[in-house]
Amino acid sequence: MRKLGLRRSPLKSSGDVFSRTAAVLIAFAAISNPGKAQGLAAFEIIGDAIPEPLIGKKGDPARGRAIVVDRQRGLCLLCHSGPFPEQRFQGDLAPDLKGAGIRWSEGQLRLRLVDSRRLNPATIMPPYYSIDDLTRVGRAWQGKPVLSAEQIEDVVAFLTTLTEAP
Amino acid sequence: MSKLLLKVACSAGAAGALALGLSLAFAQTPPSSGRRSGFEFMSRDSQAMQQDDTINPGLLWVAEGEALWSSMVAPSNRSCASCHGDATVSMKGVAARYPAYSPERGRPVDLQGRINICRETNQSVTALPFESRELLALAAYIGKQSRGMPITTGDDGRLEPYRARGQELYERRQGQLNFSCANCHDDNSGRKLGSSVIPEAHPTGYPLYRLEWQDMGSLQRRLRNCMVGVRAEPYPYGSAEYIDLELFLMTRARGMPVETPAVRP
Ligand code: HEC
Ligand code: HEC
Repeated sequence: MRKLGLRRSPLKSSGDVFSRTAAVLIAFAAISNPGKAQGLAAFEIIGDAIPEPLIGKKGDPARGRAIVVDRQRGLCLLCHSGPFPEQRFQGDLAPDLKGAGIRWSEGQLRLRLVDSRRLNPATIMPPYYSIDDLTRVGRAWQGKPVLSAEQIEDVVAFLTTLTEAP
Repeated sequence: MSKLLLKVACSAGAAGALALGLSLAFAQTPPSSGRRSGFEFMSRDSQAMQQDDTINPGLLWVAEGEALWSSMVAPSNRSCASCHGDATVSMKGVAARYPAYSPERGRPVDLQGRINICRETNQSVTALPFESRELLALAAYIGKQSRGMPITTGDDGRLEPYRARGQELYERRQGQLNFSCANCHDDNSGRKLGSSVIPEAHPTGYPLYRLEWQDMGSLQRRLRNCMVGVRAEPYPYGSAEYIDLELFLMTRARGMPVETPAVRP
């Protein structure tokens, strides 16, 4: 497997898009469009997961929790509910986050955050670490992912602690 | 009438009486075939505020609009009434068919745009700024003349390409959070986005008083809010994109009753 940066590619739902041949083609596309990858950490997708942390080390679950419940940064509770008894308004557009750490491995959680569109092109979950294939992004947000690589790792670290059965 | 309903509902207290109060209130309005106005997603307090003209804040703008309607504007020395007479007669049903095709502009305009065309061409003065008190007041006053009447926007065949463009914009994903209008308003209406219930986006009550704004605002202001919410770059006020979206939404809401001036959370 080779390292893939963030790149422009048609959104596919099937896992086989990440097979070796496709990966080579996609890596080539990244080289031909280098501006797109600027500033974002490279990562490797294996199957339906990104097994390795984006920043070479794991994040901090306490910081991750703070991001998840923050309506300006994580925005998660706009759509999701979860084991956050102190949070009054939780959305019901998406699955409850309780037990997410049992259902998914760390790497699977990471890909779901980084860019859910790779697993479900019709998803409404925002791509948290991608600046590709977006339209009319507000001036203040252009060229920036919703969360930084560090923040993604903090949130992933927190989600892996959600091991209480729903 | 609505005040009476409120009293009945409040004093009775029982769920049955509340339901009766509501169904009576709806008996006054034409059926909207399965579609639900934002009104139906609101708390009973906000509904009562909309239905009682003595506490609906939008009526302040309506009153101001009524005064503006017949005030002379230099240099033409014409008021709206000079050309249109009694608004309660001449403006009945007008807001219910906007956006409409404007021969002056060669494309559809919304009611605010139409008001400004009249200012520029018939009163020889400059257009009123978007979201200005005067423009909202005139639009609210004209809008109220259609209150309870079914929306009829879209009869004119010349509108079709613009409506289609509006639909395209409605269905297109945008912004850093990558949502289309349809993602929320078609696929997830009635569900909770944080603390807000997502309505079906029927533009039945504009301009309207929004509690969060503590102010009156136009449909364009509402659309701007939704775009900013998904971190998209909003269009400039008055842009063709907003008009086309308004046209799409109004055509989609055909047959639903006008509620102007409505109240929303
Ligand atoms: C706008 C809606 C929305 C937001 C905001 C959102 N998600 Fe999601 N999320 C979804 C939906 C919908 C799914 C279901 C899978 C799908 O449709 O792709 C999902 C799936 C998930 C899953 C897998 C759930 C499971 O157990 O099956 C996890 C974990 C997750 N999201 C975490 C998060 C975190 C953490 C955040 C914030 C940083 C977040 N989501 C923000 C809509 C959202
Ligand atoms: C992420 C979800 C979301 C997206 C995307 C979204 N909206 Fe909304 N919209 C809402 C919510 C929530 C409200 C109600 C807010 C409130 O009343 O507190 C609303 C309100 C409205 C209303 C007011 C309805 C009424 O009863 O007055 C209209 C019209 C509307 N949206 C149109 C649009 C259009 C057009 C777009 C796309 C340009 C759009 N929305 C995108 C969530 C969204």
